Parts: sequence; structure tokens; C-alpha cells
Amino acid sequence: MSRILDSGDIGRALKRIAHEIIERNHGTSQLTILGIPTRGAFLGERLATILAEIDGPTPVGALDITLHRDDLRLRPPRPLLPTVIPPEGIEGRQVVLVDDVLFSGRTIRAALDALGEIGRPASVQLAVLVDRGHRELPIRADYVGKNIPTSANESIKVSLLEVDGEDGVDIEARS
Amino acid sequence: MKNHLLSANDLSREEAITILTTARELRRVSDGGQKKLPTLRGRAVVNLFFEDSTRTRISFESAAKRLSADVINFSAKGSSVSKGESLKDTAQTLQAMGADAVVIRHGASGAAQRLADSGWISASVINAGDGTHEHPTQALLDAFTIGEKFGLDTYDFTGLKVGIVGDILHSRVARSNVLLLKKLGAEVTVIAPPTLLPVGVELWGVQVSYDFDAALKELDVVMMLRIQSERMHDLFFPSAREYSRAYGLDVARLSTLKSKAIVMHPGPMNRGLEISAESADSLQSVVLAQVTNGVLVRMSVLYHLLAGAVNA
Repeated sequence: MSRILDSGDIGRALKRIAHEIIERNHGTSQLTILGIPTRGAFLGERLATILAEIDGPTPVGALDITLHRDDLRLRPPRPLLPTVIPPEGIEGRQVVLVDDVLFSGRTIRAALDALGEIGRPASVQLAVLVDRGHRELPIRADYVGKNIPTSANESIKVSLLEVDGEDGVDIEARS
Repeated sequence: MKNHLLSANDLSREEAITILTTARELRRVSDGGQKKLPTLRGRAVVNLFFEDSTRTRISFESAAKRLSADVINFSAKGSSVSKGESLKDTAQTLQAMGADAVVIRHGASGAAQRLADSGWISASVINAGDGTHEHPTQALLDAFTIGEKFGLDTYDFTGLKVGIVGDILHSRVARSNVLLLKKLGAEVTVIAPPTLLPVGVELWGVQVSYDFDAALKELDVVMMLRIQSERMHDLFFPSAREYSRAYGLDVARLSTLKSKAIVMHPGPMNRGLEISAESADSLQSVVLAQVTNGVLVRMSVLYHLLAGAVNA
């Protein structure tokens, strides 16, 4: 197992992404951040905090995509994770989805389906901490913390203070 | 979790809590605007109802449809059952049509178990009430409603006093509720005249009381049961009026309740018999919340039984 990003790297990556988001969207007034649980939701919270410091308060929520997954039949049923849509809703907003790792793209496809049920955002953008490649769908991220080329038998482990007790991104060979 | 839900005892405490927690998340998803979910697309749910029902059938139908399952409603009236078709032939017909889940209500206790164990069908069987035996999804929705009203997010009901009042003898709702509520830690008292208590009730691990007025003051939850005249082939109490006077929840009794206590009823209510109209419509009554929550809990049950891999 080797460490790719430490706590400082994660903080800097999020700060840069926050600046890029503000630049692209001309401020935060129309922005809504939606993190994908578990870790994406915490990254979303952190991004919203940084955005608030730089520009202005940004509504933040969480979007669980379990019910929209295309691999439900392949695994035992999973418990649902919290979905919290900010009171402003997403209608006409610039929605930024946040996840920890972008891999096959299937999670994001499910998230887009879920969003479509909730409303019609003006646009949907994607921010991820790590893009590890191996896409199975035509999906790309607008904001990337770090591109980490991986082979299929490696796995990426993102740890966050809120759930894992420390911040860090590690790469390890899959046993 | 097992493939079937036949009894509240099929669920461990943890599994029951998982179902209840999932139901709560489903509410958030639904409140967030996702009214229709693709989760069970392509799966067929058959509502096999040999007994009349309004809310349970509609509730299951609504739950299945909100998860995009196909729903086939079957009621004994107007079907080949009235021509004398057996449960076995009916079940095999459903199997041949490719049902993934069968929600069964039947007048005979154990009918759901028979269907599940028979080998006639491979579908998941959900018991929606079998005779005087069990009605597990009703117990789940009641527990969900209690958790909601008392703000018990972990569904730990330790110290909560629940009274189940009335026709315990014929009530599948009472049996399932006793099993589940005890599992979640509640203290359960059954309150009824001796004639409406089953033989062996002392083995249920609940307190038994014949005195509604004395028991009432202590209760946090008052669960009224319907007097099931259709199952009463004997004289269980001298007159409806006398029953109502001793065991009906009228205005006078309502006023002696703890201020935070809630009143539940699985429906359909016999207004004026086991519950007065004032009590049924009072602020402490959560009868309509029970109906709303029924859909969420049944969505959760269908999700856990059908969404995952087979035999995973």
C-alpha cells in the first residue's frame, strides 16, 4: 500500500477545485453542491465550506444513488444512505456532483438518473477527488483532484477524517 | 435476510431495524422529489388476496409501483377460485406467469407458510395477513410510526409502554406486534376481556390486564384492535354496548391518557365500538400516519426481498 495524497494534498486539491468551480460558474450564487454518500457527501460539505469562505454561502446536500444502481441484482441488498436535497431544490441551479473516486462511471450515471427524477438543473458538473480511469460509460469529470492511472487489479482507498479518522488516499494491490 | 416474510419472527432485531431505517430513507428520497424509483423495474409483484382488504392491498400496490415493479392484482372474487380452484393450482399459475413476489392474504392461518414451503413457486412470499396468525408488515409500519412519533431514530423502544387493546384472540396484528415490539425492547401489555384472550397468552412474555382504565394511565402507545365480527362464531361478550363501555376508547378515557401518548388503530375502524369518533379523530390519533407509513415500510420490505441478488 502506498500513499498518493496526504491530508495537506487533499486540502489543496479541494481549494483549487473550489476556485475552478467559482471561475467556471461566475461565482456561487446559482451553485448547489450534492455529494454522493458516503465519502462524496463529506467532500461536498468541505467544498461548500471553502466556497463560502472564498465567495459566498452555497447550498449543499447529499444524493444517495443506491436505488438507481444498475448492479443491484449482482449483490445482496444494501442499506440506503441519506439523501438530503437543500431547500432551494435543484431546479435551474448549477449542480456540482461530488464523489471521492471516478472509476467505471456507473455511479455517476445513476446519480444523473436520480437528479432527473428530482428536477431539471441548469447544468450538472462533476467534481472528484481521484480519477483512476477505466471508464465503462462516456462520462468525464469537470474538476479532478488528482489523476491516478491504475491497473485493474489495484484499488484506491480514500480515507476521510469524518469516517476513517484520518485524511489520505492510498493505492493498493487487490488481494 | 430470508427470501420470505411470513412472520415478524423471521426478522432479527437488526434486520427489522434495517427495514425501518430504509423506510425512513425512502421517505427522504420521496420528500426530495423522487416519487418513482427504477429499482424494481421488470420485477412482477402479485397481490394474491383471498380476503377483502382496502388499505393493505392498495398499500402494497402503491409501494410496488413506486419502485417500478409490475403489479398484478388477484382477488378471489371474480377469479377461478370461486370456481373451486385450489391454492396449489392458483400458485402454479402465478409461477408459470413469472411472479417474483407474491403478497398473500388468506383467511386460513398458515396459508403464507404453506405457499412458501410448498415448492409450488420460487417467488418471495410476503404474508399480508393469514387468518388469526400474523401480519408482519403491519407490525413494521406500527413500529415505524412509533419511532417517528417518539423521535426514536434507532428504534430502541426500551422503557416504552405499549398497550394492545381488544380482540387479541382473533388478531394477527396483535401477534405480529407483540413479537416485533418485544424485539425492539418495548414493554407490552395486552388488555382484553378473558374471552378475547387466546389460550397460552401467558407464554407471550407480555403483561395481561382485564382493566383498561387502570392500565391506560401508564401507556405511551394505545393500540386499539378492530372487533372482528367476521371471525366471531361464538358469543364473546354480552353486547357491543357492554364491550364498548369496558374496552372502548371513548372521550373520557382519552382524557386520562398521558399528554404525549399516541392512539393507533390498524383499520378499518368500527367507530363507536372499540374507538369513538372523537378518539379516532383526536390529535393523539396517528391512524392516518400509519397508512402513509405503510407504503414506505412495504417499499422497504420489497426492496430488501427483491432488489438484491438471488441467494446472495
